[in-house]
Amino acid sequence: MTDFNYDQTLHLKNLLSPDAIAEIDGWIKKYPPERKRPPIIAALKVVQEHNGNYLTEELMQAVAEYLDVPHIAVYEVATFYSMFHLNEVGKHVISVCNNISCSLRGADKVIEHLQNRLNIKVGETTDDGVYTIKTVECMAACGGAPMLEVDKVYHENLTEEKIDQILSDIAAVELNSKEMSNVEAKD
Amino acid sequence: MANEVCFRTLHLDTPWSIDAYESVGGYSSLKKIAAGELCYDTIIDELKLSALRGRGGAGFPTGLKWSFMPRNMPGQKYVVCNSDEGEPGTFKDRDILRYNPHQLIEGMIIAGYVMNATVGYNYMRGEFYEPFARMEAAIAEAKERNYLGDNILGMDFNFELHNHLGAGAYICGEETALIESIEGKKGQPRFKPPFPANYGVFGRPTNVNNTESYASVPAILQHGGQWFLKLGKPNNGGTKIFSVSGHVNNPGNFEINMGTPFKDLLELAGGVLGGKQLKAVIPGGSSSPVLPADIMMDLTMDYDSIGKAGSMLGSGAVMVLDENTCMVEVAAITAHFYYEESCGQCSPCREGTGWMSRVIHRILKGDGRAEDLDNLDRVAGNIMGRTICALGDAAAMPVQGFLKHFRHEFEYMIEHKRSMVKG
Amino acid sequence: MGKVHIEIDGQKLEAEVGSMIIEVADKADIYIPRFCYHKKLSVAANCRMCMVDVANLPKAVPACATPVAEGMVIDTRSQKAINAQKAVMEFLLINHPLDCPVCDQGGECELQDLSVGYGDDVSRFTEGKRVVKDKDIGPLIATDMTRCIHCTRCVRFGQEIVGIREFGATGRGEHMEIGTYIEETVESEVSANIIDLCPVGALTAKPSQFKARAWELRQAPSIAAHDCLGSNIFVHHRRGEIIRVVPRENESINEVWLSDRDRFSYQGLTEGARLLNPRIKRNGEWEDCDWQTALNLVASEMKRIIGASNGNDFGILMGNNATTEESYLAQRMLRKAGSNNIDFRTRRRDYTGDGRGSVRSGMNFPMENLDTMDATLLIGADLRHEQPLTALRVRKSTGYGKAMAINPFDGEYNFRLSNELQPKSNMLAQEFACVLAAADALRPESLNAEAKEWLDGIEFNDEHKEIAQNLIDGEASCILMGVYVQEHPQAETINWLAETLASVTDSDWGYMTQGCNAAGNKIAGAVPCQSAAGGKSEQGKTAKEMLTEGLKGYMLVNCEPDVESIWAEQALQNLKDAEFVVALTSFADGRVPDYANVMLPIAGCYETSGTYINVEGKWQSFAAAVKAPGEARPGWKVLRVLANLLDLSGFEYESSLQVINELREKFDAVGDVRVARKVPPPMMVVNEQETNRECLGLYMVDPLVRRAGALQKTPKASTHPISISRVKTR
Ligand SMILES: Cc1cc2nc3c(=O)[nH]c(=O)nc-3n(C[C@H](O)[C@H](O)[C@H](O)COP(=O)(O)O)c2cc1C
Ligand code: SF4
Ligand code: FES
Repeated sequence: MTDFNYDQTLHLKNLLSPDAIAEIDGWIKKYPPERKRPPIIAALKVVQEHNGNYLTEELMQAVAEYLDVPHIAVYEVATFYSMFHLNEVGKHVISVCNNISCSLRGADKVIEHLQNRLNIKVGETTDDGVYTIKTVECMAACGGAPMLEVDKVYHENLTEEKIDQILSDIAAVELNSKEMSNVEAKD
Repeated sequence: MANEVCFRTLHLDTPWSIDAYESVGGYSSLKKIAAGELCYDTIIDELKLSALRGRGGAGFPTGLKWSFMPRNMPGQKYVVCNSDEGEPGTFKDRDILRYNPHQLIEGMIIAGYVMNATVGYNYMRGEFYEPFARMEAAIAEAKERNYLGDNILGMDFNFELHNHLGAGAYICGEETALIESIEGKKGQPRFKPPFPANYGVFGRPTNVNNTESYASVPAILQHGGQWFLKLGKPNNGGTKIFSVSGHVNNPGNFEINMGTPFKDLLELAGGVLGGKQLKAVIPGGSSSPVLPADIMMDLTMDYDSIGKAGSMLGSGAVMVLDENTCMVEVAAITAHFYYEESCGQCSPCREGTGWMSRVIHRILKGDGRAEDLDNLDRVAGNIMGRTICALGDAAAMPVQGFLKHFRHEFEYMIEHKRSMVKG
Repeated sequence: MGKVHIEIDGQKLEAEVGSMIIEVADKADIYIPRFCYHKKLSVAANCRMCMVDVANLPKAVPACATPVAEGMVIDTRSQKAINAQKAVMEFLLINHPLDCPVCDQGGECELQDLSVGYGDDVSRFTEGKRVVKDKDIGPLIATDMTRCIHCTRCVRFGQEIVGIREFGATGRGEHMEIGTYIEETVESEVSANIIDLCPVGALTAKPSQFKARAWELRQAPSIAAHDCLGSNIFVHHRRGEIIRVVPRENESINEVWLSDRDRFSYQGLTEGARLLNPRIKRNGEWEDCDWQTALNLVASEMKRIIGASNGNDFGILMGNNATTEESYLAQRMLRKAGSNNIDFRTRRRDYTGDGRGSVRSGMNFPMENLDTMDATLLIGADLRHEQPLTALRVRKSTGYGKAMAINPFDGEYNFRLSNELQPKSNMLAQEFACVLAAADALRPESLNAEAKEWLDGIEFNDEHKEIAQNLIDGEASCILMGVYVQEHPQAETINWLAETLASVTDSDWGYMTQGCNAAGNKIAGAVPCQSAAGGKSEQGKTAKEMLTEGLKGYMLVNCEPDVESIWAEQALQNLKDAEFVVALTSFADGRVPDYANVMLPIAGCYETSGTYINVEGKWQSFAAAVKAPGEARPGWKVLRVLANLLDLSGFEYESSLQVINELREKFDAVGDVRVARKVPPPMMVVNEQETNRECLGLYMVDPLVRRAGALQKTPKASTHPISISRVKTR
């Protein structure tokens, strides 16, 4: 389309790692080449993942230009789907389901426990930018209610002990990556 | 008998592997096709005979749907699988994807063959990372054995299957919203007609079925339509996976014969949690109207029986509610869900779902008014049948259902500003 | 298409197969309420207001999305239909602010109108209303998105009609909002049409904000004055003040649309400093005077200069939106007074075509046909910035047809081009000639010997051949030359090439001219080579000669050559050096006061009656919508009185109608005669420096537009489409 005269495919390449770009290109291949919009959702997901779980104006615009679609087409998608975050969130977004089945099995207690442990309310992010708690609609795991999802993994049949374990696993990962970056910084 | 169709690999060690699948007869239907033992007409006939009805919720006969595809029309056509699985209470497709991905793949390949379509998309909800990985691996395996790709099993037939991930939107389960979403747009349902069979993905003829529907096809063709029909009852063929959740001791998926009494299903699921009394059941996902225990205990699990009782079998998501459940609370959760998930396109749904949700939450907060209940019923009625897609109905029906059977709990709460059951 | 027979509200009707109930009802004047449906846009069926009752269907159905079928019986007012309509109305009102008293749409709001009939008196909605944050989307369109009812007409307009998606619906469900990307300013040259499309007060005209209530306005039909289409408009005014300009539907010209330029230019009338009295410069100081004094001085100076130079040293330059009457009177007066130096083409380099071609210049086919061309070839045409609505028509054709361009610049198109050549600016004719050569090779029997000889040695490649082939293949095809061609030193060559290529390929052709009245000015005789209606004239001086060589005396009629002409700098110097300059102008600002000796206040656009002849040759007369301020008088009257003062006979006109009728008679007597060219014009070699580097900006084309404040604040005002950087000089 000549609707848009952008020639800025370079921009996104400057903002993302080559791996991430390759991942986006992989998605592009799944759809007919004359169609530019189908990879928008996937591209935004890749971008979000590589940008600490949230999207920025610059990134959305860069995606639009990379895929050669109008800015608004990307913005519409980014604001429609609930997995996209347009504001800064924690590195680990804990999504707790509070739909019927999970509520019947104690989703409110899960939320309460998380809030107490992390000292934040639903929708908030811890000061260190590590955790966000968010409630979500049914995630198709009602047989394992109550459940939550974090870092692409479902945790079902939650108990307070299980939740504590999940949190300490994340903390360990965080500690590890900090040490790694310290090592790198020393090099 | 259980686990005879979609879950037939479940007892094996790595049920998702291609070897496990082949060991139970997997890909034998495709091989029959390659050997010329099954042609277009016989496949459609077997499917019609089997009385397989769409497992996504609407229960439309699958054989009939397949026959609508203009298979001889030149140009690209698409086979799309609806693995969006968003209806609250439903979690069966996730298990098919995780534990028996090859059966879905074979079903889609057969659909592609029947419809002369060379490309398929499996649309999975955005959070399905684990099923996605399984599916990707399975596709690679199937390619290796020439079940997918070019000249499948030596036939003059190519089929390519892509996994697609959504990003969090219940409405994308609606087939035309799903198509829009594949096209990279917001999931806003299209006005129908035209139906996907004429104008689907990228404007091309497209067949959309639920995961469980496609996955049932290889078994039907392997054992015959008659066999499948007999598993269930007339007009309700086969087994069906019921996702049982809520107040039961042993929640989970149960693949059982259509027409099994609800009582038996409840028993399979371990009975009501903690030995409490059963109060009510939401029998087919959150959009199906709730049914009180006494009605439910007399029903069998199939489309016709539940339909006659004034609800729907829907996706087969059975949510069990015990005696201590506050129905106003459940109604509030349900109403809030549809309010959150309305795509916003058409006025009655966009405005009406918010209205209903606000009123119920207000009642829940103790600020209810006497006229609220009639108004709720009226608003729900005004949404019903007046929207572009069925989400409007899905939002309205449960509200009317709760009011029909449990109006007294709402009235109690309005009057006493507290729950009748929880105090 | 076949027909079916249906019945709506008891009325038996015949309808095209495939049409929707609402279309059939509209044609039969049966009103079905609607918000999202619009005949020019795709069917969205999202408002659900148009629900009607179709016999034998269980539920009410949307009339906008339900196709008619044989024997259908429809009731738009049955209880079932009314219940459905009322329900939707109630839904739409729950989140709509009931702020009609302060809303600019008040009095002409579709929601307000319908709610009177449908809304329940007591709202049963007692929850809080939604509030949407307002967005700043630029100087033309005011937003109040809390009022939006999400009909998405604005979104579909951009997507479907303009081909530029600036608007979208973000968020979902009740949180859905209409807007641009974060708050991007809307930039398209036709953006403000969404104001008309919006059924409520969510999108209103910013320059008219809070100025008047709809019912206080009076409307006068008129013709827009900024491009050669002559879009039909209504001027809405209150107590002599123009509040806004809106499109007047004319399917064959502007359909239901209007360019932003035509819509908002009226602001220039009040934002420019108006000249309210005749003025004479004495000892370098401007003094107001009466008309008699001023006109006497002008007459005597004209007589003196014309007399002394045998007509050579005086000349008249007509501006871009001069009316046909003004041009006719000006040239008649001048010629009778003894000079032929009159021209309106202050941006033309090549005058070698003068005396040939047709009496008028423009298109040889109806503009409407652009919608359905199988192939359209653009030559030096930047439609979006020259004739914005034409671009919309070409876009329509690209739904199935092809659009191609040979533009020496990096054009902005809102449609897909199947072929695009970007020659260097001085090689435009050469590049174009290759297409003719290719066409000749494809259809060798069409050209005469001279033309073949002319083409001898010109080589073409596959792309040229494809372009020619597309034109030949198209059942309907056309070649459109744009403003860039008219300003090009090889204009005449390109013109000949276009006409010749059109005949070889059986195509239509058109010259999309500059300004709103090129055809009218030419027919009126405001050119040095011919008098009215193609009548004979001794050759006078061209605009280029007058402006670059200098004259002793000038008359400028609504013309600012120091800005408008290609030779702006030379023009300014020569005007300053002249002995006498009289400017008939509406404005006292700009540089005219620097070089004029007398300024005569004339009525501006919408303040005078007149006639514009559009590019297809349609004569469109209009009356004054409002009175000119102060002592300003319609230009035609001033010229008439001046002719009297010059003691010329035959200037007894009482009305502008008499003037135009006289010209019309002359024109009808001869018709649009064409003087054919026998030999092809020479293929000149053009130096790069001589070619066009910069066309006039979208919002620079005439004195009125240049003074229209809101337009000047848009991004399009500063970023010029064909700027130096974008013209290819590679
Ligand atoms: C709001 C809404 C949500 C839906 N969600 C799903 C879903 O998550 N999965 C699904 O298979 N069908 C869903 N459907 C039904 C589909 O529109 C469609 O009928 C189905 O995919 C067809 O497949 P089937 O014939 O195999 O059932 C939904 C329908 C609506 C109206
Ligand atoms: S802004 Fe106006 S035109 Fe656009 S969706 Fe809202 S109501 Fe419709
Ligand atoms: S006009 Fe028909 S739904 Fe809006």
